[in-house]
Amino acid sequence: MNVAELAEKLRLEVCCGASGLDREIKGGYASDLLSDVMGNAEEGQVWITLQTHKNIMAIASLKELAAIVLVKGYQPEEEAREESEAEGLPILMTGKQAFEITGEIYELLKNTTSAPPL
Amino acid sequence: MEFNYTIERGNFSGAGVASSNIKKVLKQLNVDNALIKRVVIALYEAEINVVAHAWEGQIHVRIKPHAIEMVIADKGPGIPDIDRAMQEGYSTASPEVRAMGFGAGMGLPNIRKNCDELNIESKINVGTTVTMIIHL
Repeated sequence: MNVAELAEKLRLEVCCGASGLDREIKGGYASDLLSDVMGNAEEGQVWITLQTHKNIMAIASLKELAAIVLVKGYQPEEEAREESEAEGLPILMTGKQAFEITGEIYELLKNTTSAPPL
Repeated sequence: MEFNYTIERGNFSGAGVASSNIKKVLKQLNVDNALIKRVVIALYEAEINVVAHAWEGQIHVRIKPHAIEMVIADKGPGIPDIDRAMQEGYSTASPEVRAMGFGAGMGLPNIRKNCDELNIESKINVGTTVTMIIHL
């Protein structure tokens, strides 16, 4: 499944970085601690978080994550937005809180990816 | 090959520049991907440590035939108890830094996990020098 399909199926709003919507998703990681994501997230995962500052893009890019999903209607800060566009690494948004959207993404990926989703 | 970067206190936007550049260089050199990932984690955490705790710092990266050597030397408050700082979950970060999702006491443990050799020298109110070596 790619980022575009995930966004469509779960009605996530594509905020920026739309040129990367074809990035393939290999799983997910939910955390608001940046060092936790830095140390433990894997390439190709979607990252579910409420952090909105530019460093989320630095981490997503360094770790080659597929996309970032911001929860509870949070919007990315301007610098994060610019970086997302430049990198072609999408930031998606949902009004749902982390527990709900993580569960939905887990359910979806469980049935579509060959690798264990989380 | 050698690369130098300067980092300054509080400039969170600039954090990641060194690790991102080094990542590109290592990819061009066809270095093993798993190894690049370790370098990136260690270097990014070291950058964040300077931004969050020190006054200013210099990063010096040397890519040698058999190892990548990264030296991060900062002017800053120093680390009073290095053993304690190495413990997972221990942090002296400010509330502002914690609100950004940093300061969870995972930075130095992340560095230790990903380096083959790690040396930390620190002097109170002078600064800290972290030397990280990853074998190729």
